[in-house]
Amino acid sequence: MFKKFQPSTDIAGQTPLKSSVQRSIRAGVLAQWKIEPETLEQIWPKKEPLVHVKCREHVSIYTVHNEPLFFQHFDGPLYPTLRLYHKYPYMLPKVGIDRGAIRFLLGGAHMMCPGLTSAGGYLPPPNAALPAGALVGIYAEGKEHAVGVGITKLGTEEMRKVNKDIGVEVASYLGDDLWALQTL
Amino acid sequence: MSSSEQPQPQPVQPVQVLYCQVCTYPPEYCEFGSSITRCKEWIHDAHPSLYDKYYSEEALQNKLGTLSLEAQAKLEKETAKKEAKAEAKADALLKKKMASQVTIKRIERNKRKHVTAIHGLEAFGIDLKKAAKFLAQKFATGASVTKNAQGLDEIVVQGDVADEVLELIENGAGVLKGVPIANVDVVEDKKKKGGD
Repeated sequence: MFKKFQPSTDIAGQTPLKSSVQRSIRAGVLAQWKIEPETLEQIWPKKEPLVHVKCREHVSIYTVHNEPLFFQHFDGPLYPTLRLYHKYPYMLPKVGIDRGAIRFLLGGAHMMCPGLTSAGGYLPPPNAALPAGALVGIYAEGKEHAVGVGITKLGTEEMRKVNKDIGVEVASYLGDDLWALQTL
Repeated sequence: MSSSEQPQPQPVQPVQVLYCQVCTYPPEYCEFGSSITRCKEWIHDAHPSLYDKYYSEEALQNKLGTLSLEAQAKLEKETAKKEAKAEAKADALLKKKMASQVTIKRIERNKRKHVTAIHGLEAFGIDLKKAAKFLAQKFATGASVTKNAQGLDEIVVQGDVADEVLELIENGAGVLKGVPIANVDVVEDKKKKGGD
């Protein structure tokens, strides 16, 4: 989503959001992420207005104090930015990729099932299986911090069975142009 | 009293992640960046303990993990190539920067009135909007960022301030920092006589 992103040409405008919309976003975040209201309050205090940064192709980034916090494609789920996710790594379920896949991920590729199901990869156990369309943090073999955030294309059990094609669609990864934007 | 104080739920503190000052990645990912040599130097100086963690012999052994040896070798080769490429790119960029010109142009509007157009500042990483604001404040005149005939952005300051702007750039005042004075030239643009 942010492989090529230039603030000068790809941002259409910044507007502070209406408080009713902010409320619904707050509710959405609390519903989609495993995060306590108190922690969210710390990231995004109620008093601080959320600024909506409209970008090309229906991508919206939400910022507080010029710092990007979440982004969204069209009406889709709200992803945390990778920097935010690094700070609160427990808020999304994890998947892991093997070492061979890191290079491709950093090049902006989606994650294929074999990279997730191989020995170096990690998928949640069957009793905590994720459905398709779940937000996940992507971890790499032998690394402490996440390399990306994405959304599952297949259920995790399905990934094990099919073991082919895209398993996790990467929304933002380490070193993409959103990562480079520390402030907007 | 049955209603006891509920313990106030505490917000979870954020994890402090250390980022490499060179490539902005967490240091464990430096090896995938395009500047690993410089990253290594940085971490060696700034965080020696972490250097041992990531780049000691043992760590390198562990890192191999499930990857086969030849795949690892290939990866390393590719990283080296990437690094060389990134360096060449940075070099070219610097060269281009050094070669780019800043022009300060005095344009006559009518007999006694001039505007000053400054072109080419953005090549030196100067925010044009901020620079325009700065100049406007300095000279107490209007200054704006406009597109010129070629469709390139330039700063237009009202009044004849070419010499002052040149001086400001020379001294590197405020936001106008980092422009080598040799790259700046001042030109004058007069209306043709007897045009209308």
